[in-house]
Amino acid sequence: MKNLLAKDPTNIVITGVGGQGNVMASRVLAGMLVAKGFYVTIGETFGMSQRGGSVMSHLRVSKKSAWSPQIPLGQADIIVALEPSEALRVLSRWGNPRVAVLSNNRVVYPIGVITGDYDYPDEEKIKNIFAKLTAKSWMIDATSVAMEMGNPVLSNIVMIGALAKTALLPIDRRAFEKEINKNVAADKRGANLAAFDAGVKMV
Amino acid sequence: MIKLLSAANKEVLFMGNEAIARGALEAGVNVAAAYPGTPSSEIIENLAAVAKERNLYVEWSTNEKVAVEVAAAASFAGLRSMCVMKQNGVNVASDFLLHLTASGTRGGLVLVSCEDPGALSSVNEGESRYFARMLEMPLLEPADFQEAKDLTKWAFELSEKVHNIVMLRSVTRMSHASGNVICGKLPNKIPQARFVYDGPLTDPLTGPVISTPVGVKHKLQQEKLKTAGELFEKSSFNKYIGPKKLRLLIITSSACYLYSKEAVSMLGMQGCVGILKLGCTWPLPEKLLKKYLRLTKNIMIVEEVLPFMEENVKVLAASYPKEIGVKTFYGKIDGTFPSVGELNPDVVAEALAKIMKVKYKTLPASYAQELRKVAAVIPPRDQTFCPGCPHRASFWNINAALKLDGREGFVCGDIGCYAMAALTPAIGFHTVRTLHSMGSGTGLASGFAKLDMFGFNKPVVSVCGDSTFYHAVIPALINAQHNKADIIFVVLDNAGTAMTGFQPHPGLTLSAVGETVPAVDIGKICEAIGAKVEVSDPFDLGTTTKKISAFLEEKGNLKVLILKQTCALSPEKKGKKQYEIKVNEELCLGDDCGCNRLCTRIFRCPALIWDKTKKKAVVDEVICAGCGFCAAICPQNAIVKTEVDAS
Ligand code: SF4
Ligand code: SF4
Repeated sequence: MKNLLAKDPTNIVITGVGGQGNVMASRVLAGMLVAKGFYVTIGETFGMSQRGGSVMSHLRVSKKSAWSPQIPLGQADIIVALEPSEALRVLSRWGNPRVAVLSNNRVVYPIGVITGDYDYPDEEKIKNIFAKLTAKSWMIDATSVAMEMGNPVLSNIVMIGALAKTALLPIDRRAFEKEINKNVAADKRGANLAAFDAGVKMV
Repeated sequence: MIKLLSAANKEVLFMGNEAIARGALEAGVNVAAAYPGTPSSEIIENLAAVAKERNLYVEWSTNEKVAVEVAAAASFAGLRSMCVMKQNGVNVASDFLLHLTASGTRGGLVLVSCEDPGALSSVNEGESRYFARMLEMPLLEPADFQEAKDLTKWAFELSEKVHNIVMLRSVTRMSHASGNVICGKLPNKIPQARFVYDGPLTDPLTGPVISTPVGVKHKLQQEKLKTAGELFEKSSFNKYIGPKKLRLLIITSSACYLYSKEAVSMLGMQGCVGILKLGCTWPLPEKLLKKYLRLTKNIMIVEEVLPFMEENVKVLAASYPKEIGVKTFYGKIDGTFPSVGELNPDVVAEALAKIMKVKYKTLPASYAQELRKVAAVIPPRDQTFCPGCPHRASFWNINAALKLDGREGFVCGDIGCYAMAALTPAIGFHTVRTLHSMGSGTGLASGFAKLDMFGFNKPVVSVCGDSTFYHAVIPALINAQHNKADIIFVVLDNAGTAMTGFQPHPGLTLSAVGETVPAVDIGKICEAIGAKVEVSDPFDLGTTTKKISAFLEEKGNLKVLILKQTCALSPEKKGKKQYEIKVNEELCLGDDCGCNRLCTRIFRCPALIWDKTKKKAVVDEVICAGCGFCAAICPQNAIVKTEVDAS
């Protein structure tokens, strides 16, 4: 695998809802890229992550230097969403005609939808928006696969596996394995690898 | 291998707070103390994790003032120490700091303040840089991750050179962001603590460490600040990036440097705009500033929260009009930048484009139009209590009792996750009517209760979390007892400092580094104060509401209710469900039941959702924490809980 970026800096947004393992996913991805010799800046908004709010990580990947921890509006190259309405939320601010979106289809309803004050767009509608406004998009059922594996939180790693398969970034299974050997407890590595592999098959 | 202890020259990805912790380790820090607060908590967490290997003393202190005092003692004994807090923690510590900056320090002492422009996880947008000016101490601000480490290390050296405390200010976008850092060497010496105090009163290095005689010590303090300023002139943490001839100079610090750099590159203005990035922001390095201010007439100051640097640069410029000429300043004061909220590359680029009279390229208009349409269909995602959070249950109980009482009683809130009860729409009713600083809820309640002589007769309840109790509530509680304030004080005891990520506090038997320590019992303290104390489980709806109701009937004295239930995210609860929850669709009458969808409209657990097609409540098993409380609130008994076999 060549260590090349399609664009420098490559701007990635990983988004989801508190409790979905968003921060872990961004760290794993960043770790893989740092190991390949890139400068990576991660900007995280997770102060309220425990309490059901939107959680978002901005990754700037560059061969040359560190970039601002906030991506300028309209400048995302890749959006990875653990929750579909969060994909839309990020797209509406950081989207541009070149953007690629990889989204989980598992919904986490915002309180305003539960109370009936707001509507949640259905999956068809979300897919249509992706088709119209992105260069490439994938919608996968990562949470169901993770649940079959016994832990819904693994959906974050399923997404990383899927992201690797899209070939948008110079990352692969070897890099993932190296990264989790460094940062994940030994007894959890097997499950993480299985989740990664499951993700690879979904794209 | 622990990442924080990576070998010298190794390049690693550090969070800003990890970089600060690493910098302290490279400086050979011996003692670190803090009170948790977002975005600062990871610094002490990281140091605590390596305390054994690095022979450190690390503690969570009861509040920020005590943290500085603990760190200062180490400095007085010749050791290197640091204290860490979020922005408003500096206010708490400030009384001691006023005296400390006058008495001076010995071993390197660094105060790290992690601030939260935009209040991403605070109820204030406090600005602590003014303390540096007001208390006359040197101020440093790292602008990237490598600097976060290097500047922290240097802060200890500086503190030892000037024999005073040095303040290092970070912000959320630095502390909670991550980037590449090349590690330096970790020292290997274990110093001995020695406190010398036999010298004369006027010698801060050998005499007693005190702030008097004020005339002598204050003068000395100002000389130290001057020395710091001279060292700043030569510091490589201040640097200019840009052309020799320029049309506009940006002066900036901290994360705003990265925003400014990006804005200049977005507009392609590297050829005509220069950036003077300051790592040393108080006192300002005068000569350096004069040198660059001379280069152009147009000066833009990029900073967050209050116009601290802008004011200081303007005062400096006004002092040397002949040498540097007359300037036009763009900053917060003239409205170039918003006066509140955080900045980002877009805000800086927009401001720069306006001043330079250029248009910067945005998205194709039709695409931007489509994005606006998308924005309109996305439901907002407001914060709420976690699924299974005991606070939701506690406020449900309090609200029920206050409604039954019927005198329009209300709650004075405090700082912690439970502050969300003051915000809509975390929960579908309002009980919390005031929210200020740590411990203020009870002080306010104590005051409200004394307004009866002016015809005020609503019952007053105050709440606080377990960690907050130790931090600042005790004096207010004693005040209430001493002055016979008729209040109900409710402790929302969820067995940890939940909001900031589960740091231990004095109520637990665990220290910052995992040692067993004596627990300080909240109930016993309240009893010793003389209050009537009751304990209950907020998940026990009937009993808890009854206890609050009984307290509401009892007049004239201080009453304390401790609601004990562990936070849903605590390590021992997380991922383990006590109950399996199902909604019995036959019993759930939905819109027709007369409950007006109490569960989903008012109670608002994120796991209890509304199936629009069936018109029934359903439980999302992925999100449900299995606390079982919702089973008690449904008037139809349609929510059914079955105990999960623990084995
Ligand atoms: S972190 Fe704990 S205390 Fe805070 S909202 Fe979640 S469950 Fe409640
Ligand atoms: S048991 Fe009920 S209140 Fe508790 S987390 Fe599950 S749905 Fe929410």
